Amino acid sequence: MSRRFLFLLPLVLIAALGIGFWFGLQRDPQALPSALINKPVPEFSLAAIEGSARGFRRDDLLGKVSLVNIFGSWCVACLIEHPFLMELKANGVVPIYGINWREPNRRAGPEWLDKFGNPYRFVGDDPRSEGAIAFGVTGAPETFFVDRKGIIRYKHAGPITRDVWESKLWPIVQRLRAES
Amino acid sequence: MADRPAPARRILVLLTVLAGLAGLLPDPARAVLPEEVLANPVHEARARAISKELRCVVCQNQSIDDSDAELARDLRVLVRQRIVEGDSDDEVIAYVVSRYGDFVLLRPPVKGATLVLWIGPIAIVLIGLLAMISYFRRAGREAERAGQ
Repeated sequence: MSRRFLFLLPLVLIAALGIGFWFGLQRDPQALPSALINKPVPEFSLAAIEGSARGFRRDDLLGKVSLVNIFGSWCVACLIEHPFLMELKANGVVPIYGINWREPNRRAGPEWLDKFGNPYRFVGDDPRSEGAIAFGVTGAPETFFVDRKGIIRYKHAGPITRDVWESKLWPIVQRLRAES
Repeated sequence: MADRPAPARRILVLLTVLAGLAGLLPDPARAVLPEEVLANPVHEARARAISKELRCVVCQNQSIDDSDAELARDLRVLVRQRIVEGDSDDEVIAYVVSRYGDFVLLRPPVKGATLVLWIGPIAIVLIGLLAMISYFRRAGREAERAGQ
């Protein structure tokens, strides 16, 4: 009985592989898992951008739930989320810190912020990717959710839209705040 | 009478062989820029070896040694910085893995989660071999029986 259907085995195996690959292809290969989730923010210290008195370093993040956003004037998707970040700032929802990644020159970042508004508490200048590599960044924009103890709890890759914020990101902030 | 290949076909064959041989030569085009190269040739050689093992997280199918991406360049510089500061090869690689995970290693480490990657192909070949052997043995026996 079982031997008679053995010829079907390769077909079943191929079908299983096919289904596996089909689902594999739906996944975004650019969406990498962050190695830093539930790890403390690595030591880093970035200089101030031009026209600003203060840079941004690890210790700025201790004691409260905060967001760290990687952006650049060259980054088109950053401009998409920018108005929403401004809104978060205007409503005092959560402090956002900026890493100004790989500007072509020292004026580009500050000019971009002057033109569109500055949603950040502090901004660190990151021309050599030191801050970006510390956070394991692969592209901009990326946003890290850091808890009170300075531990990275979540990474969002791509622009923050109102939809994602309301359905996914705001609940995360609330959850982190509820922790002691 | 021997069938002689047409000239066009001969050229094609020659080109194919040449292309194959070119693949054996070391690739002369490098992404590493002159200003990145370290003064100490031992350090530089180590940096090159490490860079070949690390995946460019932007382009994904190139090592940072091959990639022209800006982030790959910054990672190459970081690798060199840490070597100059006295890190061992393993320490440099561990640093990058701590930021980007095992994914940055072009050769995934042998451990629980990656075991199927390493064992899988060998296992499949073995299963195939066993199936083939049993098939031919049975076919042989049946042929013997038929011959009697």
